Amino acid sequence: MENLLEIRNLHATIDGKEILKGINLTVKAGEVHAIMGPNGSGKSTLSNVLVGHPAYTVTEGEIIYKGKNLLELAPEDRSHEGLFLSFQYPVEIPGVSITNFMRAAINAKREYLGQEPMNATEFLKMMREKRALVNLDSKLANRSVNEGFSGGEKKRNEIFQMAMLEPTLSILDETDSGLDIDALRIVAEGVNKLKRDDTSSLVITHYQRLLDYIKPDIVHILYNGKIVKTAGPELVMELEERGYDWIKNEN
Amino acid sequence: MDCVQEYIELFENNRTLIDGPCCKKLNEEREKAFVRFKTEGFPGLKDENWRHTNVAKKFATNFGMDLGRKSATSNIKGSFTCDVPNLKTYKGYVLNDNFVADENNRLLPEGVIIGSINEIAALHPELIGKHYNSLAEKGDSTVQFNTSFAQECMVLYVPKNVVIEETVQIIALLQTNVEILTNRRLLVIMEENSHASLLLCDHSATERESLSTSVTEIFIGRGASLNLYELEETTDSNTRLGNLFVRQEHDSRFNHCNITLTNGFTRNYVEVVLDGEGAETNINGLAIGDKMQHIDNRTLVDHRKGHCTSNELYKYILDENSTGVFSGKMLIRTVAQQTVSQQTNRNLCLTSCAHMYAQPQLEIYADDVKCSHGSTVGQLDENALFYMQQRGIPAEEARHLLMYAFAGEVIDNIKLEALRERLHILVEKRFRGELNHCKGCNLCK
Repeated sequence: MENLLEIRNLHATIDGKEILKGINLTVKAGEVHAIMGPNGSGKSTLSNVLVGHPAYTVTEGEIIYKGKNLLELAPEDRSHEGLFLSFQYPVEIPGVSITNFMRAAINAKREYLGQEPMNATEFLKMMREKRALVNLDSKLANRSVNEGFSGGEKKRNEIFQMAMLEPTLSILDETDSGLDIDALRIVAEGVNKLKRDDTSSLVITHYQRLLDYIKPDIVHILYNGKIVKTAGPELVMELEERGYDWIKNEN
Repeated sequence: MDCVQEYIELFENNRTLIDGPCCKKLNEEREKAFVRFKTEGFPGLKDENWRHTNVAKKFATNFGMDLGRKSATSNIKGSFTCDVPNLKTYKGYVLNDNFVADENNRLLPEGVIIGSINEIAALHPELIGKHYNSLAEKGDSTVQFNTSFAQECMVLYVPKNVVIEETVQIIALLQTNVEILTNRRLLVIMEENSHASLLLCDHSATERESLSTSVTEIFIGRGASLNLYELEETTDSNTRLGNLFVRQEHDSRFNHCNITLTNGFTRNYVEVVLDGEGAETNINGLAIGDKMQHIDNRTLVDHRKGHCTSNELYKYILDENSTGVFSGKMLIRTVAQQTVSQQTNRNLCLTSCAHMYAQPQLEIYADDVKCSHGSTVGQLDENALFYMQQRGIPAEEARHLLMYAFAGEVIDNIKLEALRERLHILVEKRFRGELNHCKGCNLCK
């Protein structure tokens, strides 16, 4: 299997403070990686740096994605290249309907790929199909993006967008946070249905809960800006039993 | 010699010429107004109401005025239709400050009068005598200036129980090869239980320095309703001083939306007096500025009777070096119990050079009311921009979507669907920089 993503010695800062202190990580096509770790270890920073959030500065290292230097691409172009982040805190956009938002996103991607804009009928059919995947109420589609949505609706909307954009590498940043057990199952089932042999995921989570539904191939522990342990799925159970303290003590 | 003195001399030396084509009422009111203008001059920056808008400086240009009524003979109808797609309108034209009737108009309902005050005054002296300048009389010195020099006033009269289904569209156009100052007037009288929609388009087809003062007086009778839409599409070289005075009786309704799409230097004053129980007023404004544009909106909603409702929403989007001023006052008098009043002002400053001065004011003397107001100034939400970029929407497009969404709230309050659709398109084009100049008429493209 070829490498989809290669992170080499990645250092990143925010407001001059170093958060990532030399991350090395390789994701092959088709793999599901879980990144776990205590609060403040740098999990969300890693996902933000991957998608090009302007608040973070990469000071050292490189990221190769699909053989390209990811750090040279604008955030929108990273998206067009198949990178998707399910936000930990999805943003409310008053006045922009989900339909218009998705149409702008889909057509920007098609333009990037040299394709014609999608026609209205085709687009609405696609919206309907993908909505069904995560049981997203049709009424929500006409509402402003995330405005007044419940926590569960926001996360389902993230997975709905993921379904629409069909990413190659999806990053799920604490997608389980704020979800009750039913919502969690719907979201996880949505992610599993979208899984293909050539697509990969980075599942960032604090707890093992989500990983009961989305089975990782490889589990990493991020602590103090570095990956301190990498193992198979059995590591999840070990963390559940022992907590994070032994990791902190070892490092 | 300062410019006030020049205008005084212009007036005094040309009195016969000014009075010539006008009805008696216009000349009577002119007499009184001029006395006030002569004493007060133009407001300066020390005047609290004009603190951020230096209007005296604008009058200092050596403008020409068409006191001999030369442009009255011009014909603009053929070249300037100003059609809104899917919206049938009854049209009237104002070229510079002359009223030009459109012979192609469809028939209006029986009893409706539209035309020049100088003709209508002869047929209905009482109607004109009772209403003309009765609201604007107490206006500030710029209003007195207008009353002093105005030689024409367009009148719309809608009799009791009459509903005008079609929108009445009044298209004002500046067309000139010289620096020009125009004084426009409009008088609207809505009798009991009548209804009309009025669209006022303010255009400029000149790159010359121009200044237009306008005074609009509107009387809305018991149970009557009026929708008023004002759209300014002028140029960098234009100064607009708009004054709108509205008086509402029992259970009447007034919906107003004032959009500054392109302009130079604009001041709009809106005063609504709720003078009968159960009256409702909704006043909205949208101002889009860039370059060196200046947009000042000042409003007063005067609750003089109980059980009235007022809603106000003004939004500004200021780019580059533009300046916005909003000053909105809600006055709830002692007798105005059970008033429901709400005022919202939201502003976006897209650059660090754009300035917004916001001054929301509530003055409440009654003790049983429900009132609220809020004002914010901010930038585009960086988190929302990034969220959109992550989904593949390019940064520039994301900015447009957010600006468009921000403006949309005001446009969505427009009740005429065809106009609403049209304005959505115009505003979007404006943000994309496709409306930098008003070349003729953007509404018809």
